[in-house]
Amino acid sequence: MSKSSVHTNLKQVAKLKRVALIGNPNVGKTTVFNVLTGMRQKVGNYPGVTVEKKTGRMDGEVPIEIIDLPGSYSLSPKSLDERIAYDVLSGHLANEPRPDLVVCIVDASNLERNLYLVTQVLDLGLPVIVALNMMDAAEAAGLVIDLKLLSEKLGVPVLPMSASKNEGIGKLKYQIRRTDLTVAPERSWTLMPAVEVEIPALIQILAEEAPKVPERQRFIEVLQCLTSDTMLDYWNKWAPNFQKEVQQARLRLLSNKVPYQQAEVIGRYGWLSPLVAQVVTRKKNVGDASVSDKIDAVLTHRVFGPLFFGLILLLIFQAVFSWATPLMDLIESSVIGLGAIIRASFPAGMATDLLVDGVVSGVGNVVVFLPQILLLFFFLGLMEDTGYMARSAFIMDRLMSRVGLGGGSVVPLLSSFACAIPGIMAARTLANPKDRLITIMVAPLMSCSARLPVYTLFIAAFLPTGKVLGLITFQGLAMFSMYLLGTVMAFVASMVLKRIVFKGESSFFAMELPPYRMPRFKQIFWRMIDRSKAFVIRAGKIIFGMSIILWGLARFPVTEPSAEIALLRSSADTVFEQRVDSLASIGVPYAEASEQIGAEMASRYRRVDAAEAGFQIEHSFIGKIGHTLEPVMRPLGFDWKISAGIVSAFAAREVIISALATIYSVGDVGEDSPLLREKLKADTYPNGDPVYTPLVAVSLLVFFVLALQCMSTLAIAKRETNSWKWPAVMWLYMTGLAYLFSLIIYQGGMALGWG
Amino acid sequence: MTLADLKPGDKAIVKGWSSSVPPLRLMEHGILPGTVVEIVRFAPLGDPVDIKVRGFHLSIRKEDAAQIILETEFPA
Ligand SMILES: Nc1nc2c(ncn2[C@@H]2O[C@H](COP(=O)(O)OP(=O)(O)OP(=O)(O)O)[C@@H](O)[C@H]2O)c(=O)[nH]1
Ligand SMILES: [Mg+2]
Repeated sequence: MSKSSVHTNLKQVAKLKRVALIGNPNVGKTTVFNVLTGMRQKVGNYPGVTVEKKTGRMDGEVPIEIIDLPGSYSLSPKSLDERIAYDVLSGHLANEPRPDLVVCIVDASNLERNLYLVTQVLDLGLPVIVALNMMDAAEAAGLVIDLKLLSEKLGVPVLPMSASKNEGIGKLKYQIRRTDLTVAPERSWTLMPAVEVEIPALIQILAEEAPKVPERQRFIEVLQCLTSDTMLDYWNKWAPNFQKEVQQARLRLLSNKVPYQQAEVIGRYGWLSPLVAQVVTRKKNVGDASVSDKIDAVLTHRVFGPLFFGLILLLIFQAVFSWATPLMDLIESSVIGLGAIIRASFPAGMATDLLVDGVVSGVGNVVVFLPQILLLFFFLGLMEDTGYMARSAFIMDRLMSRVGLGGGSVVPLLSSFACAIPGIMAARTLANPKDRLITIMVAPLMSCSARLPVYTLFIAAFLPTGKVLGLITFQGLAMFSMYLLGTVMAFVASMVLKRIVFKGESSFFAMELPPYRMPRFKQIFWRMIDRSKAFVIRAGKIIFGMSIILWGLARFPVTEPSAEIALLRSSADTVFEQRVDSLASIGVPYAEASEQIGAEMASRYRRVDAAEAGFQIEHSFIGKIGHTLEPVMRPLGFDWKISAGIVSAFAAREVIISALATIYSVGDVGEDSPLLREKLKADTYPNGDPVYTPLVAVSLLVFFVLALQCMSTLAIAKRETNSWKWPAVMWLYMTGLAYLFSLIIYQGGMALGWG
Repeated sequence: MTLADLKPGDKAIVKGWSSSVPPLRLMEHGILPGTVVEIVRFAPLGDPVDIKVRGFHLSIRKEDAAQIILETEFPA
């Protein structure tokens, strides 16, 4: 964004009406946000899909800013995502005033628990609209809601809607545009008397010490401070006297054995429960067990549950690793075709080389994995949208708690199979900060889609084909082992972290199991498109740039061939001239003679060209880097080319493919073996031994499973943990593990004679 | 008796908490003294447990369920 546009944006924001959407997790806030703004934020039938606030614009005569907040069950913040919601609504953030209007999105089929949050929002003293979403689901469940009575009791407008069906949105838009909305009425519920008597004095002190807090907001601030330690700490900085008074009030209540922490919950529910009983009636003829319950009886069944979960995982792997193949082959051959077209239509030279060897093959080698990524996101989207994701956490929680995590970590870790970045971000939904940190620390061990290219290439090139027990292909099994190794290591790492770093803390787990819903394929489709776009842009930016740099590093400095190679060429030239001359002496025209001899000597010249190119690369910058590292990498079975590839893959794993492509296609002038894997297979050490044996390939694969080669992951870990300490620990332990395991595998394999 | 002692299909009324500092998070979900809770099922490995409270499903760990003390009389 340019400087001037930032400036104008700020100016507009000042005038814009700002509307915040809040509600429990998974009630359709993002769905509403998307229909209001025409944007496409991620939606999913899983609590905690939105973990950051997002803003968008609702168009109209007067544009209005809409803020999508992470779902929360309560405004008393206990986890990071809940804190965000409270900060936005209370105006605690610097440079960000309170919203002008709050729209509470409420799940009509689950009114009571949803209204708890609504009563808290009402106490903020802002204009409030209650959007009663999922009316379709409520009707299907046989619930009849007296809207008029509800609106009367709450004292704010109540609008029925079904956001996913686009019903009731018009009325919501109309209400949002209104300029005559008044603030919500004062609370009509009360705290237990012993707590209630403490409130007025505390409000008084807060008003004096922090006059900025709006009058109507004081009560809830006092209440938060009284019951939540997070908020108590907050006021330490802004209103120390107030904070001290609250602490004293707590002590007083404690000495009188008043359960003050529970006062708010008991007070609000005490008011709500009878209200809901009055407003909601249940139709008699609707059966007790819903469809969702019936599905759950099977999918979380003692036997069928885990079986089904295993089948789903298998299906995903099968799809990603074999159904994607035809498409990948198609892309691969188009890339080769494109390279040939470019070579044919541009003059030969350095620029064309750069374009074909650097850019086209660099980007092509990554885009080829798009089909797999699309499929992976399709399945993750499907699991999320149907509500199965939450069940997977339910089934897996016990196992996960054995290794120091919880069921809540299942989804962040599963998402990390696609990419560690959304995985690390999804860890925000974990209420327990220790669980969250451990999840972040081990998420990058899950094999992400960027590792796939590396796995695919080396497995296809160096591991035997054929089937195990006539069932699974050997290569498929190898691929599965890579994923298994990463997962097992993630579990081991989290166990160690839990034992050593966070001794003796137990995690708390409470997760809603949302009803099953029909997946909305349009939604999933758009998400797949968005993800792939992001992937291609990444490929476009990082890989494109790296390809050019790598090409340059391999091409420069330009080195004169050694005397030995020069001799090879001059002797070939001598033979060539002699034979042409002898043909000419028997009357063959010179041009014809040289063409004939040239064809006969083609393979000899090709060897000379390859020797020259190989010499060039070996003495290029990348060759020098590789050679410098070789002594360290040799014990793992890696030569200087692989070492150079690993160095170039530090920023992003998939770069090793384009790096190797660059190293090898620059070093190969023959047209017979366009595929990188053929080139790799053909590569030998000077003594004729192949560079890549299956053992080397396994060592390299394991290195890629375990090493942290991704700048974006480090950057996101820094942002999420708010320090460089954890990303540094992450990088060190993962790279250390990678080196150690590759070392053991290669040296062990050599000792056993598998080299 | 605590919530962890019930069998799938059983309903009971919450009486209180065995710990001095009750888990606020569960209370915010509406699990309060007087609330009716129903055990729906245990996860395949025996933990966590799927409970139904105020019309929605919540899964909580057994150790947390064991802190929820129940009334001796059962709801109708
Ligand atoms: N039946 C029904 N489903 C809906 C409706 N609105 C949204 N959904 C579905 O409810 C699920 C949750 O929607 P989201 O918009 O992601 O909910 P959210 O409140 O943003 O969720 P978090 O970001 O996780 O807090 C999705 O599967 C939606 O398709 C509705 O009116 N009726
Ligand atoms: Mg959302």
